[in-house]
This record gives sequence, C-alpha cells and structure tokens, in this order.
Amino acid sequence: MSAEPKAALDKPVLDKPVLEVRKLRVALRQGGGDLPIVEGVDLAVRRGEVLGILGESGSGKTVTGSAVLRLTPASMRVSAEGIFFDGTRIDTLDDAAFRDLRGKRLAMIFQNPTASFNPAKSIGWHFRWMLKRCGIGGPWRERARELFAKVGISESQAMLRLYPHQLSGGMLQRALIALVLAGEPAVIIADEPTTNLDNIVERQVIALFDTLRRTTSAAFIFITHDIGIAATLCDRIAVMYAGEIVEEGPAAALFSAPKHPYTKGLFATATALERRDAVLSEIPGELPALGARPAGCLFEPRCTLARAQCRRARPAMSSLVDGSGQRSVRCVLYA
Amino acid sequence: MLSLEDVTVTFEPVGAVGRKCPFHAVDGVSLTLDDGEILGLVGESGSGKTTLGRSILGLAPVSAGRVVYRGRDITGLSHAALGETRRELQMVFQDPLSSFNPRHSIRRALATPLRIHKLVPPGEIDAAIADLLTQVGLPASFKDAFPHEMSGGQLQRVAIARALALQPSMIVADEAVSKLDVSVRAQILNLLKAIHAKSRMAMIFITHDLHVARFLCDRIGVMYFGKLVEIGPTEDIFATPCHPYTEALLGTIDKGRADETRPALRRPDLSFPGCRYYERCGFRRDACREAHPALGTHAPGHQVACIRDTFQPA
Repeated sequence: MSAEPKAALDKPVLDKPVLEVRKLRVALRQGGGDLPIVEGVDLAVRRGEVLGILGESGSGKTVTGSAVLRLTPASMRVSAEGIFFDGTRIDTLDDAAFRDLRGKRLAMIFQNPTASFNPAKSIGWHFRWMLKRCGIGGPWRERARELFAKVGISESQAMLRLYPHQLSGGMLQRALIALVLAGEPAVIIADEPTTNLDNIVERQVIALFDTLRRTTSAAFIFITHDIGIAATLCDRIAVMYAGEIVEEGPAAALFSAPKHPYTKGLFATATALERRDAVLSEIPGELPALGARPAGCLFEPRCTLARAQCRRARPAMSSLVDGSGQRSVRCVLYA
Repeated sequence: MLSLEDVTVTFEPVGAVGRKCPFHAVDGVSLTLDDGEILGLVGESGSGKTTLGRSILGLAPVSAGRVVYRGRDITGLSHAALGETRRELQMVFQDPLSSFNPRHSIRRALATPLRIHKLVPPGEIDAAIADLLTQVGLPASFKDAFPHEMSGGQLQRVAIARALALQPSMIVADEAVSKLDVSVRAQILNLLKAIHAKSRMAMIFITHDLHVARFLCDRIGVMYFGKLVEIGPTEDIFATPCHPYTEALLGTIDKGRADETRPALRRPDLSFPGCRYYERCGFRRDACREAHPALGTHAPGHQVACIRDTFQPA
C-alpha cells in the first residue's frame, strides 16, 4: 500500500514533543498476578503532527489511549516511567489537577458519539457547558457558529436546538469534534472516531480530520484499525500487536516498505481485496490469549520467518539501518 | 430457486404518546436467486439488508408480498409447515458469540441439528462432527470446547460448520466477517469461497463492505433505507454504477471518484413521499420529490431505481 502525498502543512511541526509517553504498562488485576495488556509502549507526538496507532482488536491501542487520559477502568493497573505534557510530568498529578487538563488541554474523541452526549440535553446546552468549563466567555452562539463552521456544519442555529437522537451519526460526530475544539486542546486522542459511521459518512468525516490536521495546531493521536485511513491521515505510524509497538516510522516509508513480519502480513491481507486476488493472503493463527503470552516474540507463533532465537527472548525495538534514523522495528531480523 | 415478490417488512414501534409509528424496514423488494449463485446485499446500517435476509428465513414478519422457494410460497409458514425447507435454508450471523448457547459444547451445538433432522445415524454423529470441523479448518479436538474458549474467528468457523451440517441449498450470511479482524477476515473469506466452489450452494451475502462483496458475489443488490435501489452483475455494478447512491458507495473504496453526497443533518424523515435518497442526492430534481422511482431496466440483468437516466441521455 502506498501512502498518498499529503498536502503541505500550514504550520510548523515543532521538534519538542507536546506529549511523551515512556514505557507505559497496563495490566488486568487478577488474583494470581496481573495479566499484561500493554507492555512498554513509548510514544511521542509533536504539535501539528498526526501519530497513528494502528492495530487489530486486542492489540492494546484503545487501552493505550485511555491510559494516557486515565480513563481505564479500575480493574486495570497502569504504570509508566513517565507521561509528559509540554515538558511537565502528568502521570504523577493528583486526580483534581489531572481533571483540569483532561477535556481542555488533552481531549479525546470516542468511537460512539451517542455515548459522549447527554441524551436529555440539546446540542446548545452541551456547547454552553463546554465553553463555561473552559472559561470562555462572550457570546456563545457566535462562538458555536465559528466552531461548527470548522467542522463543516453551516446550519448552526438549527443544530443548537436539536437533541442528540435527532442528528444523523455523521453530524453527531461533527458536533462532538466541534465541542472538543472549543477548549483549543494541545493534544487530541481520537479513538476509531469513524468506525461506527457508514462508509459514505466516514469518508466525509475523514476529509474533515484531514482539514483539521492542517489548520489546527493540536497534535493528534489517531487510533485506528483501518490501514487506508491511517495512510490518508497520519504523518507517523506506530503498529501495535498484542500490547506492544512492533514497528514505528514515518507513514510514507512504513507503508511503502513495511519491515516487521506482522506489518507485512497485515498490509498484504488488507490490500488483497483491493488487488482483487482470487485467494486472499492470510496471517495464520490468532492473537495470543491474555495470560498465555509467549515468553519470546509475541508474533512468533504466527510468524513464517520464526527461528529458535525468537522463542527465547522478547526482541527489543531497534533502529532500522536505513539512514533515516526515524524507523524502528521489534524483530530479530533487523536487530 | 428463490424469489421475493414485493416483500415488505413493517415494524410498529409505539411512540412516545402511545401512537403506533409503522416503519417499513423493507419496502416492496423483489429479487430472485438462482441455484449456486452468490447474491450480495450491500447498503449502510438501517438500509434493511439484514431484515430482508431474515425475512427469507421467516425470522422477520413479512407484512406484504411473498417469499417463494422452489415454486412454493413459504411466507410466514410455521416451522412444522416448512418441514424439509427449514433444513435447506440456513443462516450465519454477524456475532458468533451470541449465536451459540454458552452452556453447550461445540459437540452439542453441532450434534443438535444433525439429530433433529436425522441426517446421520446416532452412532455416526461424532464422526460427522469431526468431518465438519475439518471442512472449516479446525482440529477435531475442538468439539469439546465451549464457545467462550474460542476466538471470534474460530467460532465463526464453527457457525459456518453448523450451517453446513444440514447440507443446505442456500445460506444467508449476515455480515459474517464484519466483526472479525483483517487478518482473520481473510481466512474466513477464503474458506467461504472454497466451500462454495465445492458445494455450489446458493448464498445471500449481506455486507457493508464493497471489497468483500466484490470478492465473493456474482450479483450485487444495493439497498437504501428499505428500498432496493440497484441490482446487477458484480462487474456491471462496479464498472457502470447507475444510482447516485451506488456511486457514492463506490467512492468510499475508489478515491478517484468525486463525492457528490450532501451531508444529512437529521435522521431520514419517514413521511417524505419522494425518492428515499432525495436529501443526500447530488443530482436531485424537483420530480424526485414526488415519488420514489420504481426499478427500471438499465441493461440486461441490471436494474436501477433512479430517474437520472431520463435527464442525461446515456
């Protein structure tokens, strides 16, 4: 799969990450010892950049996003060597201080927009609430009109009077994005924001994200299982498998020449339908079950290139010797 | 082999003030299916494709029209009256976990249909189960497993095995690969294609994924909001789509196509008499407000419900 050439950014990408996650671990609390779900995930995203987290269900991509915003359920134990926002460590903040960041400076857009709204309140009510929470005064209708315009909604007055159940799914997701933008967040984590939408509407909302990517200064973390969407939107991609990042790098390079056997298999499978192969290429087997994780490489049981060495120890992320210094892979073939 | 004549399925939810609000989930759909053919039904959520599939098997109440199977009207027949036909028409559901009894082992799930329809002598049921599991690419040892012990892909294989157990002449597969991950989805699609190549049973394959439809199906029917808006051979639908909605759907997998769809602010209005697609259509005319157009023939075997052709000479 080849990434499409992206429109030039209207704003500079700064070098210093606005959000940095070091060695994030999430485990499910169990009587006989914790079951790891996410192991040692490192992420960094800069202002104006879109980082894609690509993975299948069970890969830990949603848990990773939720853990950064402290939205994981109590049954999960989260630890990290540090989560830094604008240079400040935030994983050690108390809950009250963290709540002050979340929703304003660090925002999240979820898969199901219906669940993000209060069904008994109008869209206008949600706007007033959001603006008040972010301490933004002034004429709120005017502010709402501007925000709606950003997400492609021209009928803002009609919109404000409607209730969530009256809106189409695509419009509701747009309204949610407008709400999130109200606080002018520095980081937006979008977790499969178009997966619940129908194909045509999905295409329109992806186009909207593509516009926002170029016109807002926020950093985006875009969590998706859809390779086409990742290729359209993301500057950099982190591929997750079974709770680990197995490959990371600039989107264009990663899509044109995937390195990790899992990434290769995933791309081959996903593009087989587009290429109209008579028989689709498969990745044999299934994800390792929780609590039955191999001691060696997590992909080894499904890997056609596995060797004895792969079963002995979990490979570390190593930089790819391609001269770019920007790609890394977790595989002994490239160590 | 199978024909639907003006099938309508109406649900009557009770509104907020106790008023009944009839809702036509499927509205006057006619189509036919030949022996050995795979017909894809595509459309977005709420288009009625699932309800249409269920109505064939008597799982959704048909309020008007007829379902005719091998010359016999089977609309609304009871299980007893259906008799042998019940065995010949099988279904595979979207979510494998919810289509199995969690307290029954795989052996029991597969043995029950075999026993009820007396297809296999009691002494040979175990061998038949092992054979079925092998057909869908699972080790025979899985027969002692319970649904929760299996992954989604494995369980969907068992669901396919259960449908095959009765040697049906037709299977309705409702989004049978939608809940599966990309890597597993390919396994199941290859399996379905291989099974079809061997058994030549007919299939109605319901999906929202056009790539999947193109991979498997001989013909494709496009549904929008209860109506069949276009139907034709797969290659024709992809090469020369006629309905603006079909074009928009194809645009989602072919980035070269322009998107002419208008974003709809509200959910569709049930009382609007005109074309169902009016609000979102990029080609709408005043005439489209009056009535939903009937299916007309565009080319042999290719029908479309749109009046655009009459404005633009082909």
